[in-house]
Amino acid sequence: MKVTTKDVEYIAQLSRLTIPESEMEKFTEQFNQILNYADILNELDTKGIEPTAHVLPLSNVLREDVAVEGVSQEVALMNAPAVHDGGFKVPRVIE
Amino acid sequence: MKYATVIGLEVHSELKTKSKAFCSCSTEFGGEPNTHVCPVCLGMPGALPVLNKQVVEFAIRAGLALDCEIKKFNKFDRKNYFYPDLSKNYQISQFDKPICEHGHIDIEVDGQTKRVGITRIHMEEDAGKLVHSGATIKTSESSAVDYNRAGVPLIEIVSEPDMRSAAEARAYMEKLKAILEYTDVSDCKMQEGSLRCDANISVMPEGATEFGTRAEIKNLNSFRALERAIEYEIQRQIQLVEDGGTVVQETRTWDDGKGMTLSMRSKEEAHDYRYFPEPDLVPVVIDDAWIARVKSELPELPAARKARLMQEKGLVDYDAENIVSTKAMAEYFDEAAKHTEDSKGIANWLLGDVSAYLNSENITIEKFPITPANLGEMVNLINKGVLSSKLAKKVFAEMLKTGKTPQALVKELGLEQISDEGAIVKIVEETLAENPQSIADYKAGKDRALGFLVGQIMKKSRGKANPEMVNNLLKERMQ
Ligand SMILES: [Zn+2]
Repeated sequence: MKVTTKDVEYIAQLSRLTIPESEMEKFTEQFNQILNYADILNELDTKGIEPTAHVLPLSNVLREDVAVEGVSQEVALMNAPAVHDGGFKVPRVIE
Repeated sequence: MKYATVIGLEVHSELKTKSKAFCSCSTEFGGEPNTHVCPVCLGMPGALPVLNKQVVEFAIRAGLALDCEIKKFNKFDRKNYFYPDLSKNYQISQFDKPICEHGHIDIEVDGQTKRVGITRIHMEEDAGKLVHSGATIKTSESSAVDYNRAGVPLIEIVSEPDMRSAAEARAYMEKLKAILEYTDVSDCKMQEGSLRCDANISVMPEGATEFGTRAEIKNLNSFRALERAIEYEIQRQIQLVEDGGTVVQETRTWDDGKGMTLSMRSKEEAHDYRYFPEPDLVPVVIDDAWIARVKSELPELPAARKARLMQEKGLVDYDAENIVSTKAMAEYFDEAAKHTEDSKGIANWLLGDVSAYLNSENITIEKFPITPANLGEMVNLINKGVLSSKLAKKVFAEMLKTGKTPQALVKELGLEQISDEGAIVKIVEETLAENPQSIADYKAGKDRALGFLVGQIMKKSRGKANPEMVNNLLKERMQ
């Protein structure tokens, strides 16, 4: 097993996810399955092959620098759980 | 023990585009909170970014001006972290394939030229702004987030750890700012945050080859803050090591009021950004023709401008260096020089009285009340002998207050220097008649007597007699 429950806890914390104790084992197992699959892929010889940056065979999709009116403050804040002075109100950011 | 300091700077510069990096919202500064926003920069699910061509254009231009190699293949990556100023919980940036690499800036400190390497320049987006409810972030119960700046394009310019003192770091920052201003890619307003600097600082025993553990100082929004913060941090680290402690790798913030750097006590995990390629943006491939075109359109840079001022205008190295140090000063000089043959005279005023005024008022040359044309004319009046240097100072002070032309002020204040020989002869003769003893003294070889007589004449003429003519006439009459 490469991934331990400790790793899962860490990743869950980074992702702001709460994983119930009862599902810890299951997640750990599934994470390992994913990595094992990646190991199979790693067996292929990819020497001299450029890494793929994007799956679409496209490049240089660019727009001209023209400013366009966005949405109103009212619309922007429509989904905000709390609002203060035209801003999204958030709880204190430093512990 | 003696210590050596190692400093590297990370500079963020907002690009002067009209619209944001990945959406068409305006980049205009100010505005009511959350009024320059759309689903893309608000991070709404399903909204897709599209890259602004001008961002690439500006990044190439800045890279060329800083002697970088422009990378043909570019992709964007997601830098993941949770902080309310990021609407998406990731910042679109460039991780392993920055657009520019291997550049440099030549700085001058204490008459020595030193080359500071630029590791890389990458494109990314700015974050939003937090307005804290309390006096400081630590005492605030809540914050209000404004996403008007979220998505504004930035370039981050990362230097090599090549600087060894606060003075070198400041010189690098000043030169970098000048180059970015000349290339017109950024407003470079440190106070408004369109140019920001983080400093990585470590100390090691002199002669050591392995760098010490570094601390990163944030919130350096002026040249003065940069210099003071680095000086403080060097002393803090040396003291810590001397006392048997160890420097921890951490982020610190500069408190300008207290004059010290403070630990931000960030959590360990905050540095685990889990970069991965941004799947919503396709790569950008820059061909030779694109680079060549941007290169051909590069404006004159500080080094070239300095050379031109020395060659064409006859300025000395030091003066030329200082004139070109900001684009606005160089432009003021060029404009003023159109009105007079005496470029050196303009340079003297700019680096003397004008700079002193700007410093005392804490303003930049853009807000200087005297027009370049009026300064040029004033220099002409001095050279023609209409104004003595003493009276010129008076006119200069009046020009600052009223903005009137020097010619008008000379008339208005009755300051014209008396250069009419007849009028001066009259005063000279009068003065000689009143001071026979001085004549005797002068003839006896006491040179001080001449100075005394000149003083008397200047007093009589209320400072307006042409001093050179007075001198000559006096010597003539006392032979
Ligand atoms: Zn937007």
